Amino acid sequence: MTSTAGKIEWEEFENLLVDITDQYGYDFSQYSKASLQRRILSFYLKGKFGGYQDFKNRLFSDANFFMYFVEEVTVNVTEMFRDPHFYKGLREKILPILSTYPFIRIWHAGCSTGEEVYSMAILLKEANILHKSLLYATDLNPTVVESAKSGIFKVSSMQQYSENYISSGGQKDFSSYYRANYNLAKFDEELTSKMVFSTHNLVSDSSFNEFQLILCRNVLIYFEKKLQSRVLELFDKSLDNLGFLALGSKESIKFSSIASLYIPFDTKEKIWRKMK
Amino acid sequence: MAQDEMIELVIIGGSSGSLDAILKILPELRVDFAVPLIVVMHRNISSNSLLEEVLASRTHLKVVEAEEKEMITPGYIYIAPPDYHLLIEKDHTLSLDYSEKVNYSRPSIDVSFESAAEIYREKLACIILSGANADGTKGVVYASNVGSKIIIQDPAEAIVPFMPEQAIVQTSVNNVLSVKGIISFLNAL
Ligand SMILES: C[S@@+](CC[C@H](N)C(=O)[O-])C[C@H]1O[C@@H](n2cnc3c(N)ncnc32)[C@H](O)[C@@H]1O
Repeated sequence: MTSTAGKIEWEEFENLLVDITDQYGYDFSQYSKASLQRRILSFYLKGKFGGYQDFKNRLFSDANFFMYFVEEVTVNVTEMFRDPHFYKGLREKILPILSTYPFIRIWHAGCSTGEEVYSMAILLKEANILHKSLLYATDLNPTVVESAKSGIFKVSSMQQYSENYISSGGQKDFSSYYRANYNLAKFDEELTSKMVFSTHNLVSDSSFNEFQLILCRNVLIYFEKKLQSRVLELFDKSLDNLGFLALGSKESIKFSSIASLYIPFDTKEKIWRKMK
Repeated sequence: MAQDEMIELVIIGGSSGSLDAILKILPELRVDFAVPLIVVMHRNISSNSLLEEVLASRTHLKVVEAEEKEMITPGYIYIAPPDYHLLIEKDHTLSLDYSEKVNYSRPSIDVSFESAAEIYREKLACIILSGANADGTKGVVYASNVGSKIIIQDPAEAIVPFMPEQAIVQTSVNNVLSVKGIISFLNAL
């Protein structure tokens, strides 16, 4: 990234990633570069720094600023019941199996601001198994985890989420799950009470429990192949036999080291089952 | 300015009205057309996989929805999937990104053009087709600055001329071609 704003030279960009790992321990070196570079550049340009050196000084002298940088350059975009047919698949094919278990542990890895976790809690409640479930929601960014914990979302999104909910097979009045207050919607404490939130970095942190279902949606697309494989191995370690792994609609375990241990359970919805 | 024989990737961007042009172009491509082609079209999410089928029925080239980490290969036409940005990596593989919309669009033509131009530079040809959105203009400016070849569909012929018009106004490019001209250009690669 030269001080003549508007471009990042690959070399400087790669040096920046190395310096970040050295100083802060966040390792982005195996992230897909095209997206990361685009977002770092746009962060840099929006910040109106007095040149690249100024940007770097700020980044490496101010830890809070660095955390803000991490939040901005990773992609946190999410929705409730995003890809409604995926949630329909969960409702119809996965939850009936999970409901035969005495206790259900689910891990949302890369949960962002939590929309996915609340969607899942609603499904579990409607299947009458929320009481025996625990949802672990983790993300790299402390800020999004805090936000997820609050269970508060924008009222302006509710229309879209309600439509998604209905397409996913939901039959209730979606607004019965939250209380609206001005422009904010706070979701039921009953849902939140079954959630455990924590920061967790898929690049550097290890397995912390055993689950019957792991969801990691739209996170792996940001990782290079080698890192994808490593993270999938981490999931494999964290999954019970016969457990389910659900990825985003453009993600796959196909070419990874764990592929042979799993059978496609719902190919269209990218759900695999561990067979060992 | 790019020498046409150096072109290693063609990327086509279009919005409303562009399908018509693409359906005219594809059947006319040479049998041995060997430059990989990427199509970034604004499309309705619910229209999903249909587009690949429609395009596949018009060409002997292989039409696939772009998958992340896929190697860009001659003989293929890659379609940007709905609701993801499509980017190109240094090692000539494809990447998908669910970042915020750009110009109200995901996929955004700007994002793909800029990303492809950054990597391929003078070995890239960008073709901008019909559309009602200003998406694509910034991408064309960026690509032309790094030496990529720019081709703009003749607005007089485009079903919705806004997008090609914007590209003409914002750049010094005067490579304005009819669909017929675009076909000849591609077949000469
Ligand atoms: C696009 S969001 C996906 C949210 C949700 N799963 C969905 O599909 O809608 C990607 C999330 O992955 C998180 N993430 C990126 N790198 C990570 C890492 N190394 N470890 C854990 N989470 C990470 C980001 O902070 C972001 O919140």
